[in-house]
Amino acid sequence: MFERSKIILVVVLVACGVASPYVSGINPYYYDILISIGINIILAAGLNLVNGYTGQFSLGHAGFMAAGAYASAWLSLSYGDALGTSVWATTTAFVLALFLGGVVAALSGLLVGVPSLRLKGDYLAIVTLGFNEIIKGVIQNAEPLGAQRGLGGMVQHTTFFWTFAFAALTVYVVLSLVRSTYGRGFLAVRDDEIAAEAMGINTTKYKVLAFVLGAFFAGIAGGLYAHFKQFIHPEGFNFMKSIDVVVMVILGGMGSTAGVCVAAALLTILPEVLRYVSKIEALPHWLQQVAENRMILYSLLLIILMLTRPQGLFGAGALKKKKA
Amino acid sequence: MIKLTHVPGLLALLSLTAASALAQDEIKVGEFASLTGGSASFGQSSHKGTVLAIEEINAAGGVLGKKLKLITEDDQSTAGQPSTIARKLISQDKIVALLGEVASSRSLEAAPICQQNKIPMISPASTNPKVTEVGDYIFRVCFIDPFQGTVMSKFALSKGWKNVAVLTNVKEDYSVGLAEFFVKHITANGGRITKEQKYSTGDKDFKAQLTSLKAGKPDAIFIPGYYAEVSLIAKQAKLLGIKVPLLGGDGWVGDSLLKVAGNALDGSFLSCHFSSDDKDAVVQGFVTKYKAKYGEVPDDMAALGYDSAVILAEAIKRAGTTDGEKLKVALAATKDHKGITGVITLDAQRNAQKPAVILGIVDGKFQFIEKVAP
Amino acid sequence: MADKLLELLQQIINGLSQGSIYALIALGYTMVFGVLRFINFAHGDVFMLGAFAGFYLGPKTLALFGEGPSYPGAIAVLLVAMVVCAAIGIIIERLCYKPLRERPKLTVLITAIGVSLFLENGGQFAFGADPKSFPEIITDRLIEIPASWGRISELTITISQLLVIGITVVLLFVLTYIVMKTKMGMAMRALSFNPVAAQLMGININVVISFTFGLGSALAGAAGILTSIQQPSIDPLMGVNAGLKAFVAAVLGGIGNIPGAALGGILIGLTEALVVGYVNPTYRDPIVFGVLILVLLVKPTGLLGASEREKV
Repeated sequence: MFERSKIILVVVLVACGVASPYVSGINPYYYDILISIGINIILAAGLNLVNGYTGQFSLGHAGFMAAGAYASAWLSLSYGDALGTSVWATTTAFVLALFLGGVVAALSGLLVGVPSLRLKGDYLAIVTLGFNEIIKGVIQNAEPLGAQRGLGGMVQHTTFFWTFAFAALTVYVVLSLVRSTYGRGFLAVRDDEIAAEAMGINTTKYKVLAFVLGAFFAGIAGGLYAHFKQFIHPEGFNFMKSIDVVVMVILGGMGSTAGVCVAAALLTILPEVLRYVSKIEALPHWLQQVAENRMILYSLLLIILMLTRPQGLFGAGALKKKKA
Repeated sequence: MIKLTHVPGLLALLSLTAASALAQDEIKVGEFASLTGGSASFGQSSHKGTVLAIEEINAAGGVLGKKLKLITEDDQSTAGQPSTIARKLISQDKIVALLGEVASSRSLEAAPICQQNKIPMISPASTNPKVTEVGDYIFRVCFIDPFQGTVMSKFALSKGWKNVAVLTNVKEDYSVGLAEFFVKHITANGGRITKEQKYSTGDKDFKAQLTSLKAGKPDAIFIPGYYAEVSLIAKQAKLLGIKVPLLGGDGWVGDSLLKVAGNALDGSFLSCHFSSDDKDAVVQGFVTKYKAKYGEVPDDMAALGYDSAVILAEAIKRAGTTDGEKLKVALAATKDHKGITGVITLDAQRNAQKPAVILGIVDGKFQFIEKVAP
Repeated sequence: MADKLLELLQQIINGLSQGSIYALIALGYTMVFGVLRFINFAHGDVFMLGAFAGFYLGPKTLALFGEGPSYPGAIAVLLVAMVVCAAIGIIIERLCYKPLRERPKLTVLITAIGVSLFLENGGQFAFGADPKSFPEIITDRLIEIPASWGRISELTITISQLLVIGITVVLLFVLTYIVMKTKMGMAMRALSFNPVAAQLMGININVVISFTFGLGSALAGAAGILTSIQQPSIDPLMGVNAGLKAFVAAVLGGIGNIPGAALGGILIGLTEALVVGYVNPTYRDPIVFGVLILVLLVKPTGLLGASEREKV
């Protein structure tokens, strides 16, 4: 019952809770970066379950984040005070809103996962991209969600504790799953789907489970994001955002949860470091400009990574194997 | 490989450098703009105008005996960045006020942070009414869409164009909002909307929508979109034999509009904040200075960027301090400021009461038609 | 009644000319897939580079043929763009895809995404994000339909629309000829059936693959010029949407199948025009994606594709 992992989880949660009031007092800019790191860890770990462990190339993760962000924001804005106005009441309302976001996102994950069952590689990638656009399109046409004006006014419920508590929970769930028989299932699907089916593994179940779980966590991340930034806009959840998360997973190493967490942190800090770099007077102007344009660097990073170290920072050699 | 352990050290070093640069004889003003990305041309224009204003103010001795230091951050036209930038500028760089942004959605993201921190924010060109509704520290130096919509509607009615078709960009809240106010006004004043059609940012082919609108036989077509698509819409409208005038808003103002459209926009009209042909001495003075510094004619984003910086400087002078609360009061009291984009008075909602400029397009060039007072 | 019919005909014409563009781009996707079994994500951006090649090299090329727009000049610009894009396609393949031939497909897919993003953002950086005005290489005019043809004369068909459709048909014939009647074409087909056997037969697969990429990219470049004639506003992101739609077209027709790609392109073009004209322009993109999902669910090999069994 009291396995090591569970103890670690509890310790981490308590540590977050204790640290939270102190952390909230730091420089708001660093706080922004810190919370963003936490949110990105949740996104990357969730996507890693789909892309890394189960080998399903999903390019639409931002769509699930959007579903969660908007669902939780809507609930907060409409019913945030329904339980009362005390701190306990509003916090409970917030957590409930987060879970609603997660569930709505999970349902979208189901909607995306089921049709995608028969698809592989490139097709799957394009279809998930398509679903990202569809989800965005739905939001852009939904007046109660602010449509293309954006949705604002959320109370900043997201704290260091909630962000990293959920990050810890996400990592815990993903790791536990992967180390269980479910993990065997995911990996089997990734390595060779036909062989897996031949061995009696229900590949459908694992693929759908991966999508739904990945989406659920993305939804939680979305809710945390919405209640931190206090303003969300459909364009913030577009293909570029999905690519951001994909780069984290690839850099970290598909199939390594530790790797993607590190990569998530790195890639959150990178744009901010680049901001400083682009202002350093000593550098030639074009270099400053390239530093400003982080997408150029990201794309080069992707290409170079794939050519030289496709397993990312910490990944297993699955992508380096030569085809038999 | 960048080790994770290096990063906090790097950040600490950088913030120390930033801190040591905090000279006491400077007033730090922050600016956030979309210098890269999809809205780059708007952001770059407003930035250039702002920089020109700051330089002039400093050359004339600065404000309260100190020079203004402009700290600019690029938000890359991406949602999620303005809030991070606002936090950085406020807590790292210790700005006294924030200038920005052009896009309403990005202004809406940064505004709550400025409001919470009691830092006045002045948007040069966001026209969505919601921006200043965030709080009493949020201002804008441009008119808002409800006004702009009625301007074009009144103009259309004055020319006898009662039956108007509308072509809206559904992906942009600016376009949808402006269309809404135009439609409201014109239908309440004897006009009629023949048909409404939609398109999205990035579209290149509008023949289907235009064919549909043409069938409704309108007297004019209102296209409250951005120049990138409008230039193509105009060309295709001409090809399809649509001869009625096209009407638009300030989103039409962009370098490539006339370059791409050529003569296809002749006979069309738009409302905007500023015309470089305006014979007013103040405007021409600005145009000359801008041309001298940048080698190009300023557009209205540049003019608004300039006005926002000057209005801020004037308010600091009037307040006699950079303290947020007092500065806010001074800003709110801005009255009859002779800006490049007109005589500006900030009203109770902190929006600018000023005239709109109507431009016509003749022979592939902009031509000043008239100024419309609120 | 006649009004409605006219409107329909008009939308069909619009759809056909747009569909031809998609068809040209789709051909590139389908050829590369047929030979290499992977989707070149960056293909849509080669289309964009074709348009920019025309922008930068067009005026000088046009000037060789006399003052102002002319048909020979336009054809020359078209050929220049095709050559430039062919070269770019071959370079990309050599640099980024060739080293990954033995690796799992996912690796090369991610690389292709990287290349695509690099071309788009690099383009914004190098050319500027603002749209540019494509030079006029032909004088576009409405075709004067004699009034004696009745109401048909009310239709607006432009020279550029006919040109686009015409050149697409010509290029299709050229492509079919190359694939069916030349040795290189035979090598391409052999490669798509069985790469190992093809190599054993003495086919130099590097040359064939380069040729395939070059050909596909040349077609994308042609599409870039043809589009810019009709819609003379070009920007570095113009390949994103077109590329995606063309991909859907290729899948719809049957990926790996050349006539299928052409058919798919036309169908998608028509679908778009009809959805925009009669349903709701906001649903245009979701419906196109919906078509993709439907095809992949019901008949993944597309309309004209053959069923492929995955061998173990």
